[in-house]
Amino acid sequence: MPITRDEVAHLARLSRLALSDEELDHLAPQLDQIISAVAQVQEVAADGIPPTTQATGIDNVYRDDVPVPCLTPEQALSGAPAVELQRFKVPRILVEE
Amino acid sequence: MTVTYEEALQTYEPVFGLETHVELGTTTKMFCGCLTAFGAEPNTHVCPVCLGLPGSLPVVNRRSIEFAIRIGLALNCSIASWCRFARKNYFYPDMPKNYQISQYDEPLCTDGYLDVLVGGATIRVGIERVHLEEDTGKSLHVGGATGRIQGAEYSLVDYNRAGIPLVEIVTKPVPGTGYLAPEVAKAYVTELRDVLRTLGVSDVRMEEGSMRCDVNTSLSIRGSGVWGTRTETKNVNSLRSVERAVRSEIERQAFVLDAGRRIIQETRHFHEDSGVTTSGRSKEEAQDYRYFPEPDLVPVAPDAAWVKSIGETLPELPSARRARLIESWSLSELEFEALRNAGALDEVEATVAAGASPADARKWWLGELARRANDSGVDVSELPITPAQVARVAALVASGALNDKLARQVIDGVLEGEGTPDEVVAARGLSVVSDDSALLAAIDEAIAANAEVADKIRGGKVAAAGALVGAVMKTTGGKADAPRVRELILERLA
Amino acid sequence: MDDLTTKTAAELAAAVAEGSVSAAEVTQAHLDRIAAVDGEVRAFLHVSAEYALDQARRVDDRRAAGEPLGALAGVPVAVKDLFTTVGAPTTCGSKILEGWYPPYESTITRRLREAGAILIGKTNMDEFAMGSSTENSGYGASRNPWDLARVPGGSSGGSAAAVAAYEAPLALGTDTGGSIRQPASVCGIVGAKPTYGGSSRYGVVAFASSLDTPGPFGRTVLDAALLHEAMSGHDPMDSTSIDAPVPPVVAAARHGDVAGLRVGVVTDLSGEGYQPGVMSRFTEAVEVLESLGAKVTELSCPHFKYALPAYYLIAPSECSSNLARFDGMRFGLRTGAGSAEEIMALTRAAGFGAEVKRRIMLGTYALSSGYYDAYYGKAQQVRTLIIQDFDAAFSQVDVLVSPVTPTTAFRLGERADDPMAMYLADLCTIPTNLAGNAAISIPCGLADEDGLPVGLQVMAPPLADDRLYRVGAAVEAAFTSRWGHPLLTEAKGLIPS
Repeated sequence: MPITRDEVAHLARLSRLALSDEELDHLAPQLDQIISAVAQVQEVAADGIPPTTQATGIDNVYRDDVPVPCLTPEQALSGAPAVELQRFKVPRILVEE
Repeated sequence: MTVTYEEALQTYEPVFGLETHVELGTTTKMFCGCLTAFGAEPNTHVCPVCLGLPGSLPVVNRRSIEFAIRIGLALNCSIASWCRFARKNYFYPDMPKNYQISQYDEPLCTDGYLDVLVGGATIRVGIERVHLEEDTGKSLHVGGATGRIQGAEYSLVDYNRAGIPLVEIVTKPVPGTGYLAPEVAKAYVTELRDVLRTLGVSDVRMEEGSMRCDVNTSLSIRGSGVWGTRTETKNVNSLRSVERAVRSEIERQAFVLDAGRRIIQETRHFHEDSGVTTSGRSKEEAQDYRYFPEPDLVPVAPDAAWVKSIGETLPELPSARRARLIESWSLSELEFEALRNAGALDEVEATVAAGASPADARKWWLGELARRANDSGVDVSELPITPAQVARVAALVASGALNDKLARQVIDGVLEGEGTPDEVVAARGLSVVSDDSALLAAIDEAIAANAEVADKIRGGKVAAAGALVGAVMKTTGGKADAPRVRELILERLA
Repeated sequence: MDDLTTKTAAELAAAVAEGSVSAAEVTQAHLDRIAAVDGEVRAFLHVSAEYALDQARRVDDRRAAGEPLGALAGVPVAVKDLFTTVGAPTTCGSKILEGWYPPYESTITRRLREAGAILIGKTNMDEFAMGSSTENSGYGASRNPWDLARVPGGSSGGSAAAVAAYEAPLALGTDTGGSIRQPASVCGIVGAKPTYGGSSRYGVVAFASSLDTPGPFGRTVLDAALLHEAMSGHDPMDSTSIDAPVPPVVAAARHGDVAGLRVGVVTDLSGEGYQPGVMSRFTEAVEVLESLGAKVTELSCPHFKYALPAYYLIAPSECSSNLARFDGMRFGLRTGAGSAEEIMALTRAAGFGAEVKRRIMLGTYALSSGYYDAYYGKAQQVRTLIIQDFDAAFSQVDVLVSPVTPTTAFRLGERADDPMAMYLADLCTIPTNLAGNAAISIPCGLADEDGLPVGLQVMAPPLADDRLYRVGAAVEAAFTSRWGHPLLTEAKGLIPS
């Protein structure tokens, strides 16, 4: 099932990627090609086959509820584009709480 | 034009559900060793993991699993023998990774219930699931008029709260409560809060945000059997708000439906000041969170022995305690509710343990002490008097050493910090006058001063003795034992 | 070239340990080599000259004081720029992290540093580990020392080039779909992917969490084994880290003996698209193994042909989520104006390259409601089938062999804007990543057509990493004996000093 340019534009919005028209023109057909190729997995008969999300087979890994030294505020904020009142300053948020 | 609650209930059947988020009182966060303590300076309890820095990885805090299992068992849930965490993907500045580690289709606890008492009847609220997730950071919105996000110029984010373990408790829809829907909703949250407090898993302070409720409400046309569209109401920050939010939504939805319009499936915001809800995010365009199993974590598979040992260390739950006290103190449900609502349960129980009768203990805590607490604007538990001291006062009254009036003065003295009950009695000289001869003197005085009354009594009007008793109480400064005075008066005037 | 830069890591470590050369001398020699050739090789994004010399001085002081030092004390190690390190930026080959200094470091680099290895610089890579050539780097492509007009492979191309160009004897890489083995193969050096979970991912910026595996590069099998051992081991900061002893890879590397070993040739990893010269060298390598006493059989892993599409669903899905944190709010690039939402979208559009954008959107698609079962869900089922294929194969043989990649190093620009063609480079390596077991690339000659290196891939069951080095050492010894010298000395494109 081919993917349309509009659908790719929608994916870009969902992924928070502000693609230009040129980029969309360029990437959309490539994505279409890739999606068609990966759809090959649907050929595989896999009824009753459990999915694998973790190859190690490990379970029950925990840490104890004891404090560990953390970062100083200076370290935490060291890469921040903008800081105010020892907090990360971010642009106005349009989505409501 | 509005619809009254009564009118709404004539046409419609309310159905409600609650989603409650509880911050667990673990020492450290869900996936890292940062402290969870409330009120610290911003961004002082953060590390690469809870900041979501590139390359960081989560590791599960074992105690959070234990607490969640504890909650699940207390709510009569089945505990999963194997489950996983999942990523809930969405972009928002208070979420450092732009995904939240949560649980999706494999919650740790499922299918339980919590029984709730309302108006003497027991209602069983079904629990759909209990699962774990991490909390988000906290934003200050700057530049807008009200400090709210609308109209803000920018926001300042503190990630101290990011990563604190949250348990989400979701009820099954609750139909069939009719008129009492708001009360039942409030009673559920109250009971849940008490359960969580008893379990010691959270300090459940709604005003501090360690317990947050979202209320879902829908209306069904009476007799139709068809459930209506539900709305979700957020910003419900107190028990009273739970009740008001449900009531207000029922009225609003009835009004909309009566007018022939339809209910929009959406998130609404509750306003404390006005008591109404306003429209927020539209859920019609439901967000696709693209859940998938968290690849940085391995499955949680609590073994049966561990779950069993947690079950064995559960404390007596509120419902069991209620049943026990109602029986051993011979109370009615309503009498018990009065005690519980006054916040005096622990105090009364301790007073009984110190030797008082249940009736006496209740009398003092619900009466004089509740009044004093109210006047001072504190909880009864914060009054500077101990249950043992109250028991002592009750014992002194029972032995006749004090009467009620004197006893109240003794309690005053203790509250004022004058010492123990016995010290106050001695210091203020508050014992009942039990010496008959002293009483007789006062009685003769009263008879002499009230000749007409005395004649009436001689004439058979026993009831008139009350006035003379009052006079004697006055002259003795309230220290006489009123019944004894009455006896003596009647003997005298026989 | 300086004598010291032509030495193996094993030789350098021994020399430093016995005191015949100082760590400072070793480090300076390599810094000089980097200065001489990296203008053309472009392996490094950041050379930590002062920091490296400072580390070297500390090692020399500790040795002088008689303190015990790790097996690689004094040996320079180049670090793929995907590992968070202190004292050097970590860019992951992306503009979105240009100049980012993490406030913490990865477990692996910390352990190596504490053991006395010299972290000499950060190497170039395909952006966020997505690619097979380093052409997806936001900072330009690295070059293959064998032919500067060709790619060094990817995504750990910078690390491979650095080792092949004698700029460092050892390098760290990561392998998610072949990103260590394929560069090793096209650069004519040794590169290994340990068992998933055998080396800590804490501090390694995540691309595909269930596949990413940090691993070693070296010019010899023993060198790679030394680094493999030093960097491996359980880490409580990584929940997917295996709590078991590190397989005895160094011991195995010192005892290359394949007599009686059962070797399975995976027939599915051949055929159309495989360069004839690659197949010739591979066939010869198998003959060598047989001549050394291995029992060679052919077998089929029928689901391997679905490994590529499954991988290109699983990896993008995980990365679409892992890369969501790059939004201009807390660190890294912030650009554009408007609301938080707008700035996030503009920042990501400006900071990410085309391949990263493609994979993020692909992953978003595969995880979307309504598509999840047919794409991501199905791919995870295919993954189970591939694991079953491996299990069946390993019940009959001790190791599996195949080519590492269908071709030798392709030219710069040849596949740059052809994602599907680029993805084919991973055909042979991907099955191992999906299953989580271990594999290695060993140089086995030069292709006749172009005189460029070809690698032999050896695959082993999970936690049997030592078998890779046992086979590798045997093959290396046999070929070195046949050629009369190590393969790398044939490199005509390698810049003479």
